[in-house]
Amino acid sequence: MANVLHIVVCAGMAPDPLQTLEPTTGPNGPGIKNEMVLPAVLDPWAASALYEAASLAAKNPGSKVWLVSLGPKAKLQQVMMTVAQKVGFELVPVDGPIGGFPDAHATAAALADAIEAIPGLDRARLLVFGGWESATRGAGVTLQLVGERLGIVDQFQGVDQITLREDGSFEVLERVEGGKHQVSVCAGAPAVLGWATGNLPEPRNNPQVGMANMRTIMPALQKAKSVALEANGLKYVAVNLPRQQRETRVEKNLSAEEIAREIVEWIEKDNR
Amino acid sequence: MNSAAQTVEVDRQTMDVDIVCAGFGPATGGFLTTLTQAWSQNPADPAFESKVAPGMPLQVLCYERADDLAAGVSGVVTRAEGIRTSFPALDPAEVPMAAPIRQERVFYLLDPIGASRRSLTLRMGDFFLGLGKTLWVKDSAFELPWTPVFLHKHGGLVLSIGQFNQWVGSQLMASGLVQIWPGTPVSGPIFPEDPGGTKRAVAGLRLADQGVDKHGIPAEGYMPGMNVRAQLTVVGDGPVGAVGQRLDERFGLPAGHARREWALGMKFVIELPEDTALEAGTVWHTFGFPEPEIFGFLYVHPERLVSAGIFVPSWMGDPGRTVYRYLQHYIQHPLLWQHLKGGALRSWGAKSLEESGKHGEPFLAGDGFARIGEGSGSTNLLTGSGVDEAWTTGAQLGEAVLELLRAGKPFTQQNLSETYEKRRRASWVERGAREAENARNGFYGGFVRGLLGMGLAGLTGGRLSLAAHIPPAPKQIRRFGAYGKAGLKLREAAALAVADGRPLHDALMTARGWPEIPFDGRLLVTQQDALLMGGKVQAMPGFADHVLFLDRNRCIQCREKTCIAMCSGQALTLGDDGAPAFEREKCVHCGACLWNCAQSPDGERSNIEFVAGSGGLHSAEN
Repeated sequence: MANVLHIVVCAGMAPDPLQTLEPTTGPNGPGIKNEMVLPAVLDPWAASALYEAASLAAKNPGSKVWLVSLGPKAKLQQVMMTVAQKVGFELVPVDGPIGGFPDAHATAAALADAIEAIPGLDRARLLVFGGWESATRGAGVTLQLVGERLGIVDQFQGVDQITLREDGSFEVLERVEGGKHQVSVCAGAPAVLGWATGNLPEPRNNPQVGMANMRTIMPALQKAKSVALEANGLKYVAVNLPRQQRETRVEKNLSAEEIAREIVEWIEKDNR
Repeated sequence: MNSAAQTVEVDRQTMDVDIVCAGFGPATGGFLTTLTQAWSQNPADPAFESKVAPGMPLQVLCYERADDLAAGVSGVVTRAEGIRTSFPALDPAEVPMAAPIRQERVFYLLDPIGASRRSLTLRMGDFFLGLGKTLWVKDSAFELPWTPVFLHKHGGLVLSIGQFNQWVGSQLMASGLVQIWPGTPVSGPIFPEDPGGTKRAVAGLRLADQGVDKHGIPAEGYMPGMNVRAQLTVVGDGPVGAVGQRLDERFGLPAGHARREWALGMKFVIELPEDTALEAGTVWHTFGFPEPEIFGFLYVHPERLVSAGIFVPSWMGDPGRTVYRYLQHYIQHPLLWQHLKGGALRSWGAKSLEESGKHGEPFLAGDGFARIGEGSGSTNLLTGSGVDEAWTTGAQLGEAVLELLRAGKPFTQQNLSETYEKRRRASWVERGAREAENARNGFYGGFVRGLLGMGLAGLTGGRLSLAAHIPPAPKQIRRFGAYGKAGLKLREAAALAVADGRPLHDALMTARGWPEIPFDGRLLVTQQDALLMGGKVQAMPGFADHVLFLDRNRCIQCREKTCIAMCSGQALTLGDDGAPAFEREKCVHCGACLWNCAQSPDGERSNIEFVAGSGGLHSAEN
């Protein structure tokens, strides 16, 4: 018999990585120039978690997926137009700031509060999903802190697969060094799973899914609770964007070995 | 083939809505803004109750092919009269990259290289201008002492359409009345059953199939495109949109109308050096370089950003229309380069412009559908303005729809004609289009004659103009000369292309005397780098190819292969069999291939079909 799950996916937004991102320092510390006007996407790691959650819910009838996301309402709304056609979920928006490097403790507190306030959420069926990493300013601890605040002790990171068993327990594959997976068995919900890439492709856009989602997304956005994230005295001395390089030229007569050697030299330039 | 595969009858999901829109650009923005502003004032108005979901507000959906509403392709200078009518309190500072126009200048650019193809008349003119080198020629440019009144955009705005679309879209969705879905190409209209084949009617839209291979054959994750049935279908998918094209095929154009005049606009968005002297709101119009037929522009946005680009028209008969290379030479002209040198490429994009204006206007309305924006022939060819006109046609349709909703009248051809078409005919958009109707005719008799014709039409409000026979776009492409000087250049270019693997048309420009581009990795970059650094071009997997070659033998036999030269994204290259090969992942959906084909199967249309597809530009700064 299938397990009925309540899956809460914590997903942040990231500036569309295809845009030109420019670091800047504002009154609140380092940030990205004009972030509010850059198109945003659902953080790709968290998006993997969302697709896995939807797939798991589909295999276990009666299950439900919530998407908890913190950001300015207008940005959330924009991102929902690209996400909501993919899988079914109920949005739990938290109207908060975007930009800069918010304190992970403050973010986790806001997310945990939002999760605890979800009506009808059954802790005995609760799986909290999120991204193991973030495409932008990932503190690497936010999801764990959410779990701690919710009192969930079973936590897994770098998850690529979850397999539910009939008795409610589940097997988890976590990424470890050497390209291998660590296999764990958990007695059951509640648990926190920080997803790596998972195994699912990005779902196709389904207009009917989009229409169904929008019936709850728009009212939820209108009622979104506002939060202010406290800096808690946190200060960033400096931040850097990943170095980007691109060099192109046409070569018709180089051998594969010569091309490979040049590429290795090019990569190693950064390490010298 | 894709179009054939999409007609395969499969079980498709169907959804009923009240109003469905194809394409989200300025025209649809104007339409939806008019609708939502009225609804916001009185949400309880029974006129806004849905017919398909009683008790709910109108169900209004808009589908856009681009993966984001901000992934537009154009920076513009506009009088913004229609836009300001919709937003009377518009503060340009609210819209990123928007600036009020502060200065407008027009320059005739001399050719400091000596490679452009100038007629004897023009060379004589250049000679006389050159005599006054220090008096009236500076930086190889002659500034017109006055800007023709028809070119003026006083009180207008410099805009990034990408940012403007995003700004409009966020306001629309915040209203809660409309849903705009990006990343969702529409394959075509749904036609109601019509045994007699006499009705001009549309019953909704069909979305593109997903989970198909490049030929449109169902593959892993196949999801047939949904049928979205609507009482009103609003067609605002631009000049090369799939829906508009299918409507033109089915209904034809009004008597005497034809779509034969086109241009490709391509531009860079450049971050200027810190010590730049260019002020936001500066607008320059140029002509004369890199070829006489190529018009150019430079618009300065806030925060040291500038849009610089060119328009290459279909009446430039030369088959070597290598736009990207021309753009690189354009920005290096001394007049521009003194400001752009040391800048960095921020964005890049291209789009086809439908330049037939009134000549190409389709049927504006039928039972259950209406056409707005550039695809409806609203662009003013004299003023070089399209965004404000497109916006206004959308707003006019919005007012018409409100009138019909409040009167409880259906969206029939007659009702839409009496409301939308009537408003449009009585407006400044129509007056401008009439004035501009024949303004560019002269260019079919040469560049100088074209300038005279444009001036004549502009200064007489369109009452006087030059007559011209405008051939179909395929016939406007001259054939490569096989002998003489032209033939020699072609053979020289072919040898160069074989030697270093570059595209033939690029090599042809070198053979014609254009210097090689001194790539600097920041602003002067290869076309492939521009795709990634500037346009951020990508395509979702699971969609079919959207550029189709109807008769490959024609392509193989074609010597000109202008589609390859003109392809903005180098998505078309020469295939092993001698026909163009298409890579949809590199396509920016400019649609240039559609009208840059010298091989017409019927003398009028192209041998290339441009259908619904996914992907394209992702830069939000265009």
